Amino acid sequence: MSDGAAPGSALQRYRVCPVDDVPEGGGVLVDLGGREVGVFKHQGELHAYDNRCLHQGGPVCSGEVLGVTRLELDAGGEVVREYLDDSDRRLICPWHGWEYDLVTGELAHDRRFRLRRFEVTVEDGIVYVDA
Amino acid sequence: MSTDTVRDARLLPDRRQPYYLDNAEREMRRRGLYDIPIVDCDSHCYETVCLPEIVAYIENPNVRRSFEFNSPLIIEPGLISGNMGDRTVGGRLHAGGAVSGDEEVYPLGEGGEMHPVAATTLRSMDAMAIDYSILFPTPMLNLGLNPDLKVREELTWAFNRWLVEDVVSADPRLLAMPLLPIHEPEQCLRTIRAFAGRPGVVGFMITCLQYEPLHRNRYMRVFAELNERGLPVAFHSAPNWRERPFTVLDSFLGVHALGFPFYAMIQLTNVVLTGMPERFPNIRWIFMEAGQAWVPFLIARLDNEYKQRSSEAPLLKRLPSEYIRDMYFTTQPFESHERAEDTRAMFDMMNGGRSLLYASDYPHQDFDTPASIWDQPRFTEEERKAVLGGNALELFGLPMPKLGEPAVSS
Ligand code: FES
Repeated sequence: MSDGAAPGSALQRYRVCPVDDVPEGGGVLVDLGGREVGVFKHQGELHAYDNRCLHQGGPVCSGEVLGVTRLELDAGGEVVREYLDDSDRRLICPWHGWEYDLVTGELAHDRRFRLRRFEVTVEDGIVYVDA
Repeated sequence: MSTDTVRDARLLPDRRQPYYLDNAEREMRRRGLYDIPIVDCDSHCYETVCLPEIVAYIENPNVRRSFEFNSPLIIEPGLISGNMGDRTVGGRLHAGGAVSGDEEVYPLGEGGEMHPVAATTLRSMDAMAIDYSILFPTPMLNLGLNPDLKVREELTWAFNRWLVEDVVSADPRLLAMPLLPIHEPEQCLRTIRAFAGRPGVVGFMITCLQYEPLHRNRYMRVFAELNERGLPVAFHSAPNWRERPFTVLDSFLGVHALGFPFYAMIQLTNVVLTGMPERFPNIRWIFMEAGQAWVPFLIARLDNEYKQRSSEAPLLKRLPSEYIRDMYFTTQPFESHERAEDTRAMFDMMNGGRSLLYASDYPHQDFDTPASIWDQPRFTEEERKAVLGGNALELFGLPMPKLGEPAVSS
């Protein structure tokens, strides 16, 4: 497992798609000159990650994007309900289910590690990624 | 950055790659794993996608009619044996590349003339730099739970024929360990005599998930036959949520975590304490799909008990741990400890450099690519190579494979 270090070499700008084509709470997967990058939208903000899971290198950006599962307990410790918390969404690797914080790219079970991130910008309604 | 240098991205439809294991191929290249021999000692097919082919080999006409008449919806839970639990965690895990709405979790490749199961398996092997693969079933791993003994016996025979004659025969990289319907020793002998020595057959398998006390005299003929031929016998595990102690568990996570090692521990304990390695010294014993963490536990536990109650295991000439360290264990799911030195300690306790055999378990949802072993920071390169392929080449007497880039690129 390696840390998602910032890219070191010169970056190329890629035109991805109109910003409205990135679904809220989901994303798109794009090939940027041989590198696959997932671009996700959460509460209107865009986040771009390398399609390489920190576990065994799986296609993490092909995975489900879901709210984190929470249990609501009452004062007595009894379960009131189980729900998906959409304010805290996870990107879930389809190979073995490792979960990442959609906003930070951090590995949910060990936040010392995170997915490699790319800079995303929107100009005139078009999404660009530097990779 | 000026806009004239901007390039267009290529959009991948539905966030899906063309092939589920595209990243695996990239990861294997990155590590140079196409240049070392890798043997996958436990991979799977979803045999029920080819059920009519298997059913054609059922010998009992009434059992065959049951399988021909009923729909697959009835057959898997009702006639084979359903095993509870959502493997996909509500669709979070895309086992074999399937996503919501897909009919099959096992997309069969286009094999041309080749059997589609063989073609699909070879494609995944190429993506994971695997040179040989031993193929096991999926739903039929649970046949030991089926109370209809006739179906157990008939279906096992039919599956073995299909696997050996139709699938494995397609390519010398595909291997099989036919299933033994252990409840029926005569049929086991017939199976061994029919399949031993056939191309691709490297031993036999007994499912862990069954309730036969294998030390009883009636089964000794089977092990004597295997011993005479010096063949490996594998115990392949599976979980069972319906098993009484597991019914208290809240989730499949707990059932999956405990179920596989639970049944493997029972079989291994019985094999060792009833002195099977002393009775049948030529058999190589393999325990599959139960991980490793249970092995150091059992080593300490059985030694301690044996010292207090050795008269209950009179055939043993050595400590239980010494027999266990002579056995083999497949790696998947490889349980890395949080601290690499703890993984190393586990590896040493079970003599891992000799006893561990890499397994992918592909296309199941908890599969391991060879990176699971190659990336272990405390294993030497020699140890990684032994676990990934060297141990299995020696154990099964396999010829050195042709190394390099995959012949059939995915
Ligand atoms: S590769 Fe992503 S969870 Fe294993």
